[in-house]
Amino acid sequence: MTVATSIVRWIKRELPDPLGARVAEQARRWLGLETGEVRTAKIFLIPEHLGPDAQRRLAEEGLRDAVLHEIGSNALPPWPEFRAALRISRRPGVTDDEGRSAQRVLADLLDRPLPGHQEIFTQDLYLFANPLSPHDLERLGRELLANPLIERIEPLTPDRAFALLEGGVPMFAAGQPSPASDFPSSATALPSPAASLASPTQGRGADPHRLVDPTVEAIPLPEAPEALLALSRDRLLELDLAEMEAIRAYYARPEVQEARRAAGLPAACPTDAELEILAQTWSEHCKHKEFAATIVCRDLDTGEETVIDSLFRTFIRRPTELLRAEQRRVGTDWLVKVFDDNAGVVKIDDQRLFVWKVETHNSPSALDPYGGALTGIVGNNRDPLGTGRGGARLLFNTDVLCFAPPDDASPRFPGQLPPHRILQGVRRGIEDGGNKSGVPTINGAIVFDPRYRAKPLVFCGTGAVLPATLAGRPAWVKEVDPGDLIVMAGGRVGRDGIHGATFSSAAVAPDSPASAVQIGSPLTQKMLSDFLARACAEGLIKSCTDNGAGGLSSSIGELAWSCGGASVQLDAVPLKYPGLRPWEIFLSESQERMTLVVEPDRWPALQALAERLEVEVSCLGRFTATGRLEVRYGDRPVADLDLDFLHEGVPRKRLEAVWRAPVISPARLPAELDLGRTLKLLLRRWNICSRESIIRQYDHEVKGRTVIKPLMGPRGHAPQDAAVIRVDFSDFVGIAVANGICPRYGDLDAYAMSAGAFDEAVRQIIAVGGRLPRRDRPDHRFWSGNDNFCVPDSVYDPETNPDGREKLGKLVRMCQALADLSLAYGVPMTSGKDSMKNDFRCGREKISVPPTVLYSLTARIDDVRRVTTAEFKHACDLVYLVGPTYEELGGSELLDELGLPGGAVPRVRPAEARARYDRVSEAHERGLLASCHDLSDGGLAVALAEAAFGGDLGADLELPARGLPTPVWLFAESHSRFLVTVPPACEAAFTALFGDDALRLGAVTAQPRLRVRREGRVVLDEALADLLAAWNRDLEA
Amino acid sequence: MSDRPRIVIAAGCGINCEEELAAAWELAGADPEIVLLSDLLARAHPLAGAQAFCLPGGFSFGDDLGSGMVLACRLRHRRTGAGERFADHLRRFLERGGFVLGICNGFQVLVKMGALPNLAGTWTQEVTLAANASRRFENRWCHLRTNPDTPASWVAGLGRLELPVRHGEGRLLARDAAVLAEIRRRGLDFLHYTDEEGRPTATYPANPNGSEGAIAGLVDPSGRIIGLMPHPEAFLHSTLHPDWAGRRRRGAADDARPADGLRFFLAMRQAMAESTPLHFPANVEPCSEAAEAISARSLEVSA
Repeated sequence: MTVATSIVRWIKRELPDPLGARVAEQARRWLGLETGEVRTAKIFLIPEHLGPDAQRRLAEEGLRDAVLHEIGSNALPPWPEFRAALRISRRPGVTDDEGRSAQRVLADLLDRPLPGHQEIFTQDLYLFANPLSPHDLERLGRELLANPLIERIEPLTPDRAFALLEGGVPMFAAGQPSPASDFPSSATALPSPAASLASPTQGRGADPHRLVDPTVEAIPLPEAPEALLALSRDRLLELDLAEMEAIRAYYARPEVQEARRAAGLPAACPTDAELEILAQTWSEHCKHKEFAATIVCRDLDTGEETVIDSLFRTFIRRPTELLRAEQRRVGTDWLVKVFDDNAGVVKIDDQRLFVWKVETHNSPSALDPYGGALTGIVGNNRDPLGTGRGGARLLFNTDVLCFAPPDDASPRFPGQLPPHRILQGVRRGIEDGGNKSGVPTINGAIVFDPRYRAKPLVFCGTGAVLPATLAGRPAWVKEVDPGDLIVMAGGRVGRDGIHGATFSSAAVAPDSPASAVQIGSPLTQKMLSDFLARACAEGLIKSCTDNGAGGLSSSIGELAWSCGGASVQLDAVPLKYPGLRPWEIFLSESQERMTLVVEPDRWPALQALAERLEVEVSCLGRFTATGRLEVRYGDRPVADLDLDFLHEGVPRKRLEAVWRAPVISPARLPAELDLGRTLKLLLRRWNICSRESIIRQYDHEVKGRTVIKPLMGPRGHAPQDAAVIRVDFSDFVGIAVANGICPRYGDLDAYAMSAGAFDEAVRQIIAVGGRLPRRDRPDHRFWSGNDNFCVPDSVYDPETNPDGREKLGKLVRMCQALADLSLAYGVPMTSGKDSMKNDFRCGREKISVPPTVLYSLTARIDDVRRVTTAEFKHACDLVYLVGPTYEELGGSELLDELGLPGGAVPRVRPAEARARYDRVSEAHERGLLASCHDLSDGGLAVALAEAAFGGDLGADLELPARGLPTPVWLFAESHSRFLVTVPPACEAAFTALFGDDALRLGAVTAQPRLRVRREGRVVLDEALADLLAAWNRDLEA
Repeated sequence: MSDRPRIVIAAGCGINCEEELAAAWELAGADPEIVLLSDLLARAHPLAGAQAFCLPGGFSFGDDLGSGMVLACRLRHRRTGAGERFADHLRRFLERGGFVLGICNGFQVLVKMGALPNLAGTWTQEVTLAANASRRFENRWCHLRTNPDTPASWVAGLGRLELPVRHGEGRLLARDAAVLAEIRRRGLDFLHYTDEEGRPTATYPANPNGSEGAIAGLVDPSGRIIGLMPHPEAFLHSTLHPDWAGRRRRGAADDARPADGLRFFLAMRQAMAESTPLHFPANVEPCSEAAEAISARSLEVSA
């Protein structure tokens, strides 16, 4: 057994412990538990072999902040007034960066090299003034402080544990003088942590490979369909019967059997590794089988049947291809690389390329919100890093989140976390993922709907800049040739994230595998990306791709497919700890790893650079031209698969969809509506209220280039539409970034919802000063979009999914809207993702997300100094509403607040909108607009309030006498509209440009009140301070 | 050789703000060089030929063990290519008139190394930067004012500034009341968080972290080690202020005047020019890499 010592570190009694105070507050707020004062401490488990002197130096010179901390050895803080304690430790294999950093400190103190494997681990200790019962402590652990999937919770109460402490062992062995007075001798001793160290993580000193379990199992494929399906289920393969049968048929082929015999593999059945490789490669996550399926879609109104040959090809790729052809006709070509790399690539100018990728990380975020979101961010960051040759520099992140309202009190299924914990965990994951990586989080959105309570949606987007050429070669090309080396760089491999690809293709359930949860390490990745940038610039890397879902199996499998084969030695993979089987090494999704293609003559230089930058690199084999993926452990064959079968053998799905035109029922508003009160109620709503409490915890300015930040104005209250960031310091070229998402409308009309989301993203970019691509002449200003579909299971099954056809019908309509809007606006998609199983199952019950699509658009801004922000800026500026308002209250925040059904869903009218957008762009270019804000949730009234908050200014407005009812004017959510202010000197030019499409409402006032009249009568009159008070909510309080 | 002072900017290991800091120095008329920490430590004489050494903002080593702790330990104990502890090298660099600037995480590192405020002159830790009183990471713009009585006279003239803070651990706490009193008596608290009228404040959010004495930055008694939590390198152009568009509309924008962050670097650049020039002091060998880099650049300029 490994013996260890613990160094305990706590904040001095007389100094504040803000973390402890926060725990006390949250326990009261969310658990109704009075903990009394809470103090925190950190425990470092140190292997005994280091010796007492090194241990003491580590404690005193490395771990302790002399002003802030006291330390003890095997001892709790000597505070008898604390009556209960809780110790949280990580389960084996879970990332423990602080432990690794402690190890770094020790190596620095002793001026020694850093050992490759981890031997110092950390735990968290919470001390409570109130004598909490073991039950309460357990609850605190489970529901607030830890996640039992990845952490161990150990209540220590006076009767159970404190009594044990008195016999504790002093840190420095007997016979040695007590080293320093800094080690309080009065400290209460802790129980020996040795027991908790006897875990498989602590193979100290040993090479984990010596303890690999080299078993390669043969998996017979049964004949009976039920047995075949059971095999898929039991091994978490997520393959259906047709797929399992296709695999069986492959192994029945005589030429396959003959080759396998020759290779020393089981002739007629797969090895465990082969089956896992096939399941991963064929997973919905990796192959997008439903977006590639043939869909028979029946219109229930007309009986007409259409056959769709792949949603992706028909509605996503084809519009982009048409737009590219159109661009080439007029002499433009900024679409550099679409859909066939880890991220989309467009041209900023001849020297710079822009790389853009948005994807989801939903299932892991449901199980562990912090780890899921953190891994989502750093994982998504690796997509641009792994695009083309590699060598992109990350520029910004965006995050769009769908949650249940934090106060949602619906009953929970086992394994389902409360909504406030999901929100806080995800928020913290994004904070660490972005802030620690030095990537600003410049834009985002949060959508609340109770249907996201079991499976939240977490969309992570990353923009990056790639030099057009690297070491004299085009940077976006991914070249792989036979003979090139397969090199893995970055973190080590453990059992983490096994089955991530197949798991994300399934519903979440209470028994979902904990191994699917991972905790990313932004530091490891930052060091890796510093190394990559350097190595790419020096021409040491030929191509590069990331290790995400499916790990080496996926990254090597894909690179091998483009070059014609690969031969891999798994014994060369550095491991975190012993006990892994070969297939686990190949499929593991351990984070912060890239797979590099390296020409043999560059390998020594790459190794030397890696060593200097503290990044581990290992050569795992070579790319070949054999047409096979060959995997060995030592001389033992592990897998040998035909690449054609691996990548093209998956049977195409044929799915059924039905669709019926939605029926519109009119909305009936109450005769008397207090509009001021209604506005305040809307401003307080979860979907509208201020995001400031969250935004300020995201670093949105690191890199020093964010020109339109999420909040602007003299006091930073004014929410903005698109974000704008400068590309670099060499000029003023920028990129505008916007997200469109509005799932609520989908309940009425899936097409209108998808079109509305697309329009929302476009109009946000128009609002700040972007311009849609010109169709008739060359236009160098790129647009690059990513679509992300997140829908409930849409495959019909009479038992488990009886309304699957209707759901698929909605998805078809959503995709049609994407194609229509993309072509109407000339905005191409360059990458995207779909997530098809957003259901949480428990027995026969399930909670499904509403069908959701996110459009994340980016566009080139020629000069960031000319963009415009959303808030009012000057008294006497004239207030105009640009674009018509329709009687469209369907799905609005207003009707939801009033609890009323019906209403016409807002429709996008693309031709009119396009013409309006071009005029708004011209108005920006001519400097006619002092402010411009797009209208969305809550309509005109909410946009007015938001614009007023920014400038601490008011507005005095008059609605037209004729036309719509007042609540419709104020609260309808018709698309493609803007609230603008115009300096008086520009009014003539402005009205000449817009004509009837702009409606003058009144003027900005110095007095901070929002006053609206109609036919001379005041219909709304509110002090800005009251509106602000309603709108300012702390989402985490 | 140009008269642009050479600035060494550390990078790597989780440091994030090196690019904008280099841009700041270029705009201020200096010659910045971004060096990865591992490369820096491998040099025989890491700071030879430089006039300032900068530790930028970021999350060195992920803020593990407390912000700046791991990097402080590394800089104190690791040895240069010539076998000297980096901290000793840094002290000699200062003795010869070099400047050291730490921003945000760099400030945290300097404090934890004991380089700031260094009242006792022994580089032992006297203050700390603890978790914000708000218990949250804060990205917000602050009103600031420099202390007219600071020993770093170059900074005293900057007066009022607006800059963003972006940190979770910026609450300055002194070891004891005597340390705080001594910092104030000697004017080492060169920068304060203020209210909109320019008065130092303890009130959140104007004081974003609850710092004692509203202290946002410190200098050492020589005035040549300087550290601050706010980010001057994040305000190099008027369009980075959150109200820039409003100021433009109201005619309050003065594009001819450098943005507040740039003013800071211009003043520091001026101070370096006025202090003893430090090119290649006799007792330090210029490292060959640095010499090559400099001659390469001067070739570029002449070509």
